[in-house]
Amino acid sequence: MKLVIIAGTPGAGKTSILINTIKILKGTITKPAVVKVDCLATDDDKRFATLNIPVLTGLSRDMCPDHFSIYNLDEMIKFADKNSADTLIMETAGLCHRCAPYTDNCLGICVIDSTSGPNNPGKTGPFLSCADIVVVTKGDMISQAEREIFREKILEANPVCKILDINGLNGQGAAELAKHIIAFDKKVTDRERLRHNAPFSVCTLCVGEQRVSKKYHRGLLRNMNGFQKYIGE
Amino acid sequence: MEQIRNIKIIGGIDKSGKHENIKCFDIAQGEIIGIVGPTGSGKSQLIADIEQLSQKDSSTRRQILINGEIPSSELRNNPRQKLVAQLSQNMNFLADMNVKDFLLLHAQCRGKSMKNIDKIIYMANQLTGEPIKPKDNLTILSGGQTRALMVADVAVISESPIVLIDEIENAGIKKHEALELLSGYNKIILIVTHDPVMALSAQKRIIMKNGGMTAVIDASPEEKTISSQLSKVDQTMLKLREMIRNGQHIEEKDINQIFLKPTVNNKMATLIHH
Repeated sequence: MKLVIIAGTPGAGKTSILINTIKILKGTITKPAVVKVDCLATDDDKRFATLNIPVLTGLSRDMCPDHFSIYNLDEMIKFADKNSADTLIMETAGLCHRCAPYTDNCLGICVIDSTSGPNNPGKTGPFLSCADIVVVTKGDMISQAEREIFREKILEANPVCKILDINGLNGQGAAELAKHIIAFDKKVTDRERLRHNAPFSVCTLCVGEQRVSKKYHRGLLRNMNGFQKYIGE
Repeated sequence: MEQIRNIKIIGGIDKSGKHENIKCFDIAQGEIIGIVGPTGSGKSQLIADIEQLSQKDSSTRRQILINGEIPSSELRNNPRQKLVAQLSQNMNFLADMNVKDFLLLHAQCRGKSMKNIDKIIYMANQLTGEPIKPKDNLTILSGGQTRALMVADVAVISESPIVLIDEIENAGIKKHEALELLSGYNKIILIVTHDPVMALSAQKRIIMKNGGMTAVIDASPEEKTISSQLSKVDQTMLKLREMIRNGQHIEEKDINQIFLKPTVNNKMATLIHH
């Protein structure tokens, strides 16, 4: 089973890119299955259903969405297997820019919106810096100069990635992404590891704390001045 | 970057799967080619094929050769060697910076000399009625100023040897001069357009129908004259726009100049050659 993981900021165009790419993949020997993870609600299952391929959606709710995706990876692979797919494409809803959902043997694709400004690639963090392919969307809305600056800033953050410009609305460029997915030849193993670590320690907010005052917080805590300490057992 | 002397489009199939009329079409450095045809006739797909340097692997099965050869994978994949620069009506500057800082950042990203900056602003100001100042914020520029600055920037800083202009009809800039500026830098220019001024400014135009290239027409000498006259109309419209903006009355003599003999913009021509 090939594993393709797609991450990106909300509204960057992950689903649109994916739909255009899958339309092309369907005309090849590839048999794709899609898993879409969202946080609170999704109607993307309806969008994917029109493609006539196996689709599974999951809502992470109270769990961190990237953690949810990784935690359920085995189940997703079983789903793809059962539906005799050979390529599992997983679209995550990763949000915090601090971790990256890619495993060692997946094809990691980061989708980034070029209208988000030239400083954004530097701020996007590991899901851009450890991606294999960076897809730039909405390039038709900004000037050539900004597109070139944006591309340079991506290469500063991730010098080895491939950059593809894709228009999510009309699918221009999606054929190139499909080619990369077809040519990708690593198989997922039962000993997958994440490429990048998540933030350290347990977060008090994650376990339900709502009070703001400093004295209620435990774990790895960092002050505005950069001083960092661990409070807890 | 390798010099692009010409590109060759080898025809594929149209939307009904039939072979295109045009089997092969060469475009040389410095040429301006129009792409015309009704909506849905495949103009954008032709552009997409050129942008992706298709190798019979798109829906049209077209192949694009560079200098007569199949382009290297380096040319197709290296993001720093992007061949095609694009200009379209929907494009805007979104960066929250002033004009000068922005151009400096772009020049720096492309490893270009900083001393070009004032030249770019000067050139842009030849294309639009409302002068751009170096300290103006990019996001407050008018539509015409924005387009003019984009054209000058593509001409001087962007290295892409092929420029694609997509329906830039109502940009509020001197279209003729804009094309002259770009072709003066020896770029290959493809213009997708429904606008007679733009279409007739091209030396040749590709006629699209049902997804295929059906014909290539050379601009006739008569069309060249008409093109210059239309360009005059265009400039008069720009001038009238400025006058109305400045609170002036429009008189008959202001429109009469449309039909005067066209003059060459010497200032522009001198700039290009230096």
